Amino acid sequence: MGVTPRRRALAAAAVLAVAALGLTACGDSKDKSSSGSEQITLNVDVFGNFGYEELYKQYMQEHPNIKIVERGTGSQLGDYTQQVTQRLAAGSGLGDVIAIEEGMSIDIMAKSSNFADLGQYGAKDLAGNFLDWKQKAVTTSDGKIIGLGTDVGGMAMCYRTDLFAKAGLPTNRDDVSKLWPTWDDYINVGKTFKSKVPDAGFIDAVTNTYNSILMQEAGNTTGYTYFDPQGNYVADSNPAVQKAWNTSVAILNAGLSAKLQAWTDQWNAGFKNAKFATIACPAWMTGYITTQNGDAGKGKWDIAKVPGNGGNWGGSWLGVPKQSKHQKEAAELAKFLTSPAGQIAAFKSKGNLPSSPQALDDPAVKAAVNEYFSNAPTGQIFGDGAKQLKPVYLGAKNVPVRTAVENALRTVEQGTRQADAAWAAAVADGKKAAA
Amino acid sequence: MTLPTTAPRPTRSDRRPADRELPRPGWGRFSKLDTKASPYLYIAPFFILFGIFGAYPLVYTAWVALHHWEVGADTHTFVGLDNFTKILSDSDFWNAVYNTVGIFVLSTIPQLLLALVLANALNKRMRGRTFWRMGVLIPNITSVAAVSIVFSQLFGRDFGFINWILHFFGVQPFEWQAYKWSSWIAVSTMVDWRWIGYNALIYLAAMQSIPKDIYESASLDGASSRRQFWTLTVPMLRPTIIFTVIISTIGGLQLYAEPLLFNGGTNPFLGGTLRQSQTVTMYLMEQFFGRFQFGDMAAVAWLLFLLIMIFAGINYLITSRLERSDKKSSKKRGGTR
Repeated sequence: MGVTPRRRALAAAAVLAVAALGLTACGDSKDKSSSGSEQITLNVDVFGNFGYEELYKQYMQEHPNIKIVERGTGSQLGDYTQQVTQRLAAGSGLGDVIAIEEGMSIDIMAKSSNFADLGQYGAKDLAGNFLDWKQKAVTTSDGKIIGLGTDVGGMAMCYRTDLFAKAGLPTNRDDVSKLWPTWDDYINVGKTFKSKVPDAGFIDAVTNTYNSILMQEAGNTTGYTYFDPQGNYVADSNPAVQKAWNTSVAILNAGLSAKLQAWTDQWNAGFKNAKFATIACPAWMTGYITTQNGDAGKGKWDIAKVPGNGGNWGGSWLGVPKQSKHQKEAAELAKFLTSPAGQIAAFKSKGNLPSSPQALDDPAVKAAVNEYFSNAPTGQIFGDGAKQLKPVYLGAKNVPVRTAVENALRTVEQGTRQADAAWAAAVADGKKAAA
Repeated sequence: MTLPTTAPRPTRSDRRPADRELPRPGWGRFSKLDTKASPYLYIAPFFILFGIFGAYPLVYTAWVALHHWEVGADTHTFVGLDNFTKILSDSDFWNAVYNTVGIFVLSTIPQLLLALVLANALNKRMRGRTFWRMGVLIPNITSVAAVSIVFSQLFGRDFGFINWILHFFGVQPFEWQAYKWSSWIAVSTMVDWRWIGYNALIYLAAMQSIPKDIYESASLDGASSRRQFWTLTVPMLRPTIIFTVIISTIGGLQLYAEPLLFNGGTNPFLGGTLRQSQTVTMYLMEQFFGRFQFGDMAAVAWLLFLLIMIFAGINYLITSRLERSDKKSSKKRGGTR
């Protein structure tokens, strides 16, 4: 899963502002410990859109004693991460089932004592339900299973057919895919585009593209980004980071960016005003574009292959914190939601690409088309590469380091720093954030 | 001295301070205790609450500040003043202090001047006076989040109203977040928009307590209304102005929500790509939410506390000096009158 609307982020930020005044917001249901048929409420904490609405209804029908409340729907990943960290530290306030995103997982693993071992609730028998690496990432060295996989973030490139037509470029997704086997080709297409349509950007902003290239490069080469698996800070020496940075700078130098900083109001307005032609598109991004661009964008978007070779960005697990008073019931719910059938339902609802091989092979997924994206066969586009995806190791401090590097890249985009100076700053600020 | 007494127990209405009450065994001791203890009892609620919500967190924060403490970690080690030396040698901290003080100066001076002018205007006779007076308070009761969202839109690069106005003068679309000076201006504008009305009402209340006859005699002496404003109104408002300066100082040094929301995106605590508008409170939050360093956060909290103390001290000095000169000049005035 990715990240989502600014409006919610603002609301969350406003809550934080209140928290800064010395108030702390805690919300948890005070249920008595349960047994069997007693009425209980299970809170599910998520960010973005997990697409579980129909599954909740089904589960509640089958288990009349259980009421499910989803919290945080549509919230931004950064705010969600902070909230989880805070509530873990406070020892209360977390949901009975919580979403654990890729970037959070290393930190959560370091605090695995705070989570229920799902192996005790039958998760050991479910290994075949998930891609191998997906479950390895959340199994501790002594065999405890902290999470159950939800989705993976297979990558593609979303583009606007209306803007491509305006620039005289092909609009058919197969032809478009052929335009850019490599990122260099992509940049050249962008230059052609800009010469025809100067008042729109070729990309939204540099950071989404940068992250996509980085995750792709790391997946294909080193297998890690800013931290090696031993936990050493390697941003300055990892060739994957260097390559992603250089390609991003080349994109900026070609003047392709609409400079609409991701996850801001400006960016949201950019969707509605057709201010950029392409956006790096992990599977979860399709859901975001659909909600953000609304009906006005329907049929104007399509999905092509990503330049370079595949890649994964994002994806989550569901875990059960030990804070929960209903760990057994929560574990059962998590198993239900992450079952192949559950993953297929989530894919149909919000486009989140399953992490279960059975679900990926399911005809319903394989044949799935996304009406919003000009009936693009999303099941095929994202699903094909999913089983070959290679996991990328992200260190515990991945989020702050990534933010520091992104900010340095943005200064190049804003024109407030030269690329060389910005790179030096990225390495230095990242190191500081890693400390 | 214990005199037996048959005086009736004092009723509520004829109760006197205890020392004047008729001494009575037991009762006398109680009333003595009453005199001694009850004042403390009356003020106790404040101090108990202050102890729980003020003093205890202060002390606990100091204790946390002396530890290397990562959020959620099971262990934390005592490191003495290491956190403080680390923060004080961090250029980002000093950048945040610089931003905070800079935005404070940039916002407070125009804010109080405009409030003064506005209050003077509202003090005049006009139609619908109450409506206008209440109207200036509306920005203040608007939620800060709403204000920040609207202003972030106004200052937007591509679709913002301000850039749209500027483009008539041939200015290229300008990113207000990108530079220090421009983000300071944007944040100060938000602060001012919210607080000018509030301060204007305070000034207005003070202005109304100035006797009218002073103005009358000034007009008879031929003083213009501008002259009256600067030589009569402003000096008479001095205590009120000092009050608003102190209140603005405290608010300004804790500035948080406006710059936070002005810098949307993935990590608003940083206050922009180059920390253009990161204030000390945002830096504090960054330590906790961005880096998960509870100990560092506590150290910043204490440093902010000290910073406010320093500013309060400066305020106090200026205030007492002003008061002294006030007394002197009023003596002088009294002499010549």
